[in-house]
Amino acid sequence: MRGVFTVALAVAWRVLHNVFTTPTLLIPSLLFPLFFFTAFAGGLSRVSEVPGFDYEPGYTAFQFVFVLLQSAAFGGVFTGFGIARDFESGFARRLLLAAPRRGGIVLGYAMAAVVRWLVTASVLTVVALFAGVKVHGGAVDLFGLYGLALLVNVAALLWSAGVAMRFRTMQAGPVMQMPVFLVLFFAPVYVPLALLQGWIEAVASVNPATALLESGRSLLAGQPEHVPLAFALGGALILAFSAWAFRGLRRAEAAGG
Amino acid sequence: MALAEQTAQLARRSVIRTARQPANVIGPFVFPLMLLAVNAGGLNPAAQLPGFPTDSFLAFALAVPFIQGALFATMNAGTDLARDIQTGFLNRLSLTPMRSIALLGGQLGGAVVMGLTQALVYLAVGLAVGVRIESGVLGAVVLILLSALIVLAFGALGAFAALRTGSGEAVQGLFPVLFVGLFLSSMNMPRNLIEIGWFQTVATLNPVSYLIEGVRSLIIEGWNPEALALAFGVAVAIGVVGLTASSWALRERLTRT
Repeated sequence: MRGVFTVALAVAWRVLHNVFTTPTLLIPSLLFPLFFFTAFAGGLSRVSEVPGFDYEPGYTAFQFVFVLLQSAAFGGVFTGFGIARDFESGFARRLLLAAPRRGGIVLGYAMAAVVRWLVTASVLTVVALFAGVKVHGGAVDLFGLYGLALLVNVAALLWSAGVAMRFRTMQAGPVMQMPVFLVLFFAPVYVPLALLQGWIEAVASVNPATALLESGRSLLAGQPEHVPLAFALGGALILAFSAWAFRGLRRAEAAGG
Repeated sequence: MALAEQTAQLARRSVIRTARQPANVIGPFVFPLMLLAVNAGGLNPAAQLPGFPTDSFLAFALAVPFIQGALFATMNAGTDLARDIQTGFLNRLSLTPMRSIALLGGQLGGAVVMGLTQALVYLAVGLAVGVRIESGVLGAVVLILLSALIVLAFGALGAFAALRTGSGEAVQGLFPVLFVGLFLSSMNMPRNLIEIGWFQTVATLNPVSYLIEGVRSLIIEGWNPEALALAFGVAVAIGVVGLTASSWALRERLTRT
């Protein structure tokens, strides 16, 4: 087990060093959530006047929860891009040869994704508070909200790691990104689920992101709803994508990196 | 070979080259329609807001793919031209009797052909899902012409970036800027219904708003001379700036060559 953590810490440190010393990697992951928050909360605030829209903390808070979860998911995906880059450059091949316990490689990337997202989430939260997000939930509720986002972050990283280790090229970027984008946007992004109609309502009702999003919003509003279900879904996603990522690692090993 | 023939040959090459790269074809056709589906589904309740110009958010949002498609055309035209510079094709071409303006015209001609095809697809999809073009058949023709002009204008900006930097990555780096321009416009809400003051100001100053509103007026209003004059005016202005800048950059590049 000690070997796994030694490898994980080394991989995580390297990823974080790369990210935080390379502006082209750091800045987009910080700016994109802020941009979406600005565009949605700023441009669409009138949507809160739609009959039936009853989210008490207001539209800015309603969008903040979505952007927080989105930043978590894309934090995982962006770290997945880095894994693909490592394979493309040949670094991952050397890593596979050098690591005594290869499971630590996936763990290390996951740890890096979490730290990376925590930085993004901190910046986003500060900006959101300045923008007037009203927090009705208590400390436990907020802990739950950020905990949910953390699960999303790890699940997205494991999904992307599985893709990166199977394709081992940066060209797999859209394969990592597009499903995450679709799952997130086929949830009730702009209005609550109850106001959706037609095909989008049908899709959103069975989309796991809906439970995470609605639960997150309920936590920020201080009226928790379906929280155990959301955490169970988050945990299930992590379990499923862990299997996906570790099988990807085996594929990469078999292919010789 | 006459100038027109040279331009046509290079435009043909540009179209074939784009068509042979699935990523360059799928992106401009699929992504804008996907965003349309997501936004039209999620924001449909916004059409119930007092003062909203139509009762169908889908019809309201159909204008966006035309502009988003133009952004993709910018990227494709610029990236292909940058590749010609990086691979030395431009250097070899400069040794032939080919006139430099034909190179620019050909590249942009190819982008316009792609843009026209995209516009026809977006229009067909809109009609297929039940959107009625209020300005009728003639309005649809004007809509396609306006789209082509917008593609030409943005394509010229992409060509300028390519000629100035000679780097495909630098051209790709323009995409987030243009994407931000799209989101900070009246893309999802009429300007008079944007509640947040600074956002409304940004959307009013943003030329993209006028391009979207011109296209949108043909779909949901019928004939609105002011919206059309502004849209054509803005497209021509961007085009003149882009073409002037790219012609200058081409001269500079060929002098260096």
